[in-house]
Amino acid sequence: MRHFETTFIVDPVLSDGEIKKTAKKYLDFLKEQGVEVKYNNEMGLRQLAYPIKRKNSGVYYNLELEAENGNFIAEMELAFRRDERILRFLTIRLDKYAVQYYQDKRDGKIGHYKAKVAAERKAKAEEEAKNRKDRRGNRGPKKKPAPRKTVSSNETKGE
Amino acid sequence: MASRDDIKFLSNPMIGNNSKKYCRFRKYGIKYIDFKDTDFLLQFVNEQGKILPRRLTGNSLKYQRKVAVAIKRARHLGLMPYVTDLLK
Repeated sequence: MRHFETTFIVDPVLSDGEIKKTAKKYLDFLKEQGVEVKYNNEMGLRQLAYPIKRKNSGVYYNLELEAENGNFIAEMELAFRRDERILRFLTIRLDKYAVQYYQDKRDGKIGHYKAKVAAERKAKAEEEAKNRKDRRGNRGPKKKPAPRKTVSSNETKGE
Repeated sequence: MASRDDIKFLSNPMIGNNSKKYCRFRKYGIKYIDFKDTDFLLQFVNEQGKILPRRLTGNSLKYQRKVAVAIKRARHLGLMPYVTDLLK
């Protein structure tokens, strides 16, 4: 198995939907080719360090890929070149240290990413707790009708 | 006029302080340099965005090459500038 990393910049002038559609087109293409997207890092809108195609910002997408071989790259890059919504792209092959690095980064083991990952986890946990509360809230009213039924059944029995 | 207190050092205080330069990648066991981590890469360029030589950074040849490649990738993707002034 070979690991690759591809980054591309989408034109920020497009609407949100169009940007997502562009990204999805490539994700679908990769799926079709049997390439596993290990991690989809949407870096979002960023300021470019210098203007590219007269644009000063771009929407960054960074994908970590795992594939049997690199045959899909030529076709993918050709599509990138033909697509005028893509400002820039870069595909690199990752060595074992790079793969390890990205894994550690996601686990929050690396220096200045530690705080970031911890914050994300906290937010996620809070969200989950909130969802649980919501579920409890949903359960509440459901429980209430139940005793009524029993009461009514008792009443019918009594009658 | 600068008073006497303002003048802290008449000569460079680092002279005679022979702390040897070292390669931080070898010392801390960093095996991969991420081109997306621009804050880290900024340590290896000067104010104009030029890559600093090994002579100044103390990197070993192996990692100096990797730093250079990472900076060039970052430049291609518009994460770092090719030429600027007052980068830092």
